[in-house]
Amino acid sequence: MNRRPPSTLAVVATVLAKDLRVELRTLQSVPAMLLFATTIFVIFRFGLDRTRLDGALAAGVLLVTILFAALLAINRIFVAEREQGGFEAIRLAPADGTALFFAKAAALLVYLVVLEAFALPVFWLFFLDSGSGLVPLLPVLLLLDAALAVTGALISPMATNSRARDLIGPLILLPLLVPAMIAAAGAGQHLLAAGGPSYEQYGTWLAVLGLYDLIFLLIGWAAFDFLIED
Amino acid sequence: MKASTLRTLALLTALLIGAGFALVFFYAPNEADQGFIQKIFYLHVPLAIVALGGFVVGGIHAIRHLRSGDPVHDARSYVSIHASVIFGVAVLVTGAIWAKASWGKWWVWDEPTLVSFLIVFLLYCTYYPLRYAIEDRERQARYASVFAITAGAFVPLNFMAVRAAESLVHPRTFGTVDGGLPGDMWLAFLVCFAGIALLWVTLVSFELTAKRTSGQLSRLRRALDESADRAPAGTGVAGRIAPGGAGTR
Repeated sequence: MNRRPPSTLAVVATVLAKDLRVELRTLQSVPAMLLFATTIFVIFRFGLDRTRLDGALAAGVLLVTILFAALLAINRIFVAEREQGGFEAIRLAPADGTALFFAKAAALLVYLVVLEAFALPVFWLFFLDSGSGLVPLLPVLLLLDAALAVTGALISPMATNSRARDLIGPLILLPLLVPAMIAAAGAGQHLLAAGGPSYEQYGTWLAVLGLYDLIFLLIGWAAFDFLIED
Repeated sequence: MKASTLRTLALLTALLIGAGFALVFFYAPNEADQGFIQKIFYLHVPLAIVALGGFVVGGIHAIRHLRSGDPVHDARSYVSIHASVIFGVAVLVTGAIWAKASWGKWWVWDEPTLVSFLIVFLLYCTYYPLRYAIEDRERQARYASVFAITAGAFVPLNFMAVRAAESLVHPRTFGTVDGGLPGDMWLAFLVCFAGIALLWVTLVSFELTAKRTSGQLSRLRRALDESADRAPAGTGVAGRIAPGGAGTR
């Protein structure tokens, strides 16, 4: 037999399909994220003692909730690979190890989009008078999801292979994600303003988020191999 | 590094910092707006620039470590970041003192450079828990290098984002470094900057030398134990070592 090694894209697609199938069968990440996000909304309602939100406060509540829910998924995304030998398998296979990075980032992105498809209507129902700011917010959220997915897929294997697993991931990710949160909140506070959405600095913030995604995607591409080799 | 080189380096550092502070207090004029308190500028700003530069140096050593696999580069990366984190504490403390003196508050959120620095500092603080949570030495070095590169790229990105968030609100009060500084202030600033930069180099050299020396010491100790192991039983250190343990390395 003389078979060519699979292309990186094929490996990414296979690992991503595997991850999504596992998630569909076990339902261990996404439902927990949904429940977690809803509960955080309720906690914010009482913590802030507000029943309606707008402007910077609305953007902050929504984005912090998404960030925390994302940390749940990021903490778990590589656990199966460590426990069931996925890291060894990708090293043994005649495949580009970086494919694992892209596949995990894509899986995280899918989880986050599903989370938002559920959490945004809930947020609207709980806190907003009008949903008109939510549509222009979608590109911002998508770029933020990409930022969470890319940094998560880069940092999570380090945390998973360390002694203080659940501690290291959030500890590194929270400061690392501050610029992305600054940009998303900067755009979101005007979009969710009380008198309807305004587009102040909208393009700038989208550009900052895009740049953030691009830089960490490139770093992950360049450095991920060193995280799985042994 | 040899002891004599280290001594010369330390003396030179002390001399330059001494000269810099002498210039600051006796030569450079008091700033018209802020008066005497502005002199903290000559300590605070060099510390901040050197700390950030040190983070970048740590990232460059990390790249070299990943490319060559040589643990020397990892040690350099670690020591660079370590010294810069210590400088970072000094930056935040002097920044807080300056803020208290000129704005009446220990901390202000609308000074983008200070806020950016805090975020960078917080990120680099997580370098230690990451490093010491990994037992395998080689993997520890690799992960630490990936972290150092990621964080190195994060530094400019973070400054950009924080600046973009604040630039419309607050005028740049401390824009004095670019252009607006008179000649005698420039001279004092440059000497202070050179002194602080040399202090960083000295501290890094000392720690690297200490690390290498203690590495050599433990190698020698192992060799000694091994040779004692081969000698007739019951003599000295060999008894402390588990059977087979002396065979490694």
